[in-house]
Amino acid sequence: MNRIAEKIRNGKVLVSDGAWGTFLQQKGLGPGECPEIWNLNRAEDVLAIAKSYIEAGSDMIETNSFGGNYFKLSSYNLQGKVTEINRAAAQISRKAAGADHHVLGSIGPTGKLIMMGDVTYEELYEAFTVQAAALMEGGADALIVETMSDLEEAKAAVHACLDHTTCEVICTMTFEKSGEDSYHTMMGVTPALMTEEITGAGAHIIGANCGNGIRDMIGIVKEIRRVNSTIPVLIHANAGIPVYKAGKTIFPENPEQMAEYITVLADAGANVIGGCCGTTPEHIRRIAEIIRNQ
Amino acid sequence: MNNDDLLTRILTCVELGKVNRNTPFPPDMKGMDGADELTRLALERGIKPSEILNDALIKAMDKVGQKFADKKIFVPQMLISARAMNASMVHLKPYFQTGEVKRKGKLIIGTVAGDLHDIGKNLVAMIVEGAGWEVIDLGVDVSAQKYIHTIQEHRDAVVGLSALLTTTMHNMRTIVADIKNSFPAVTLMIGGAPVTEQFRAEIGADGYASDPQGAVAYLNSLIHEV
Repeated sequence: MNRIAEKIRNGKVLVSDGAWGTFLQQKGLGPGECPEIWNLNRAEDVLAIAKSYIEAGSDMIETNSFGGNYFKLSSYNLQGKVTEINRAAAQISRKAAGADHHVLGSIGPTGKLIMMGDVTYEELYEAFTVQAAALMEGGADALIVETMSDLEEAKAAVHACLDHTTCEVICTMTFEKSGEDSYHTMMGVTPALMTEEITGAGAHIIGANCGNGIRDMIGIVKEIRRVNSTIPVLIHANAGIPVYKAGKTIFPENPEQMAEYITVLADAGANVIGGCCGTTPEHIRRIAEIIRNQ
Repeated sequence: MNNDDLLTRILTCVELGKVNRNTPFPPDMKGMDGADELTRLALERGIKPSEILNDALIKAMDKVGQKFADKKIFVPQMLISARAMNASMVHLKPYFQTGEVKRKGKLIIGTVAGDLHDIGKNLVAMIVEGAGWEVIDLGVDVSAQKYIHTIQEHRDAVVGLSALLTTTMHNMRTIVADIKNSFPAVTLMIGGAPVTEQFRAEIGADGYASDPQGAVAYLNSLIHEV
């Protein structure tokens, strides 16, 4: 199987998967429950999610390992199971993906801030190394460092993945609109700065995930493209900003509303498009239809 | 440097995150005294601790909170300001304890049960403390029981609940109900990324703020009402 970046260089726009967290909640994940432990004790449910995205037309599937680092798992007293949990996560997604779809091992932030003295760069690097190695061992062919807001933490993860695996390395950060046509992560990183620093760290694919819906992603991709016209760009957009309605939190953009922006996003320079919070296999099915009809 | 200049200098140090002489930024203040040394100097000169609090620290953190709300600065700048504020506040703590300096009130704050995210809650705690309030931080994954237990010991406190996730924000509903059941008169405020004013109204909390500065504005409005 060619690498993702290779396929992109050959002119393809690829489809990625949709939400995991909100999907797990639908299947009964309670607030306060560790999502990653499902890889061990609810593996069939996790597999069903992975399969549903492959069936919807996604070229790649993530793993249920977003919070599978030492620090997050420690909150659930599961720090001794980092390798076991991440390996299982990748095995499940590989089972759904077969040999002809990509498995992206998900690596999320630790929730610790270097600048607060919570943790050192070396400790982060070590934690990401263990997670990345287990994801590759379980069958991931790519690793996606995602939802990052701090450059140092993102770089620690990217370097850990590059140094300790042979996987393709993707890194996406989460931006909010901070003004007319300007975007920043919570830690103040712009898409342009991310592009320079994360490409410089050696990531093969960069991009943005989560945030405030697909419309903002167009501006973010344009900013990335202003500073780098060649690096492959992956976008995982939320189904809008969550709204509170009749006792429930819902993500308001339905597949049709999201679909309106897919062509514009690809034209702006996005090479891989998928969803984040609130997106469903239906969203991905629509995205795949549009991309394949182009 | 006269006393007013000294207070202005402390304000600038806190605003820009100059903790002490060793703090390398901002570059044009390199090697100069920071919030730590200047606060000590101010007290030695006989400037009242309450003046240091009101005319330097609170004003500085107000500026910082406003810039953050306007998205002119981001979390790192806010954290370094908070660090400088703490360096100054250390020298004022004895006067809080003797009652010579009075704070505006007390806030009990925590991230609600099931939610382990603390960055947003910590930012609110810092800015509220910098606004002259005493903050009792219960940490993350805080149950109704723990809030209630703490309110029993601090009956005059306002209570703040934080949640980052769209799932855990729903735990606020039961926690708010439980607290109101035990203490109908206590003022409850809520916040966090997915939380809205509409949600506040629905679950019967008293206040909502979308950023730390908003939380301070709400808290201060409670005093002015009295």
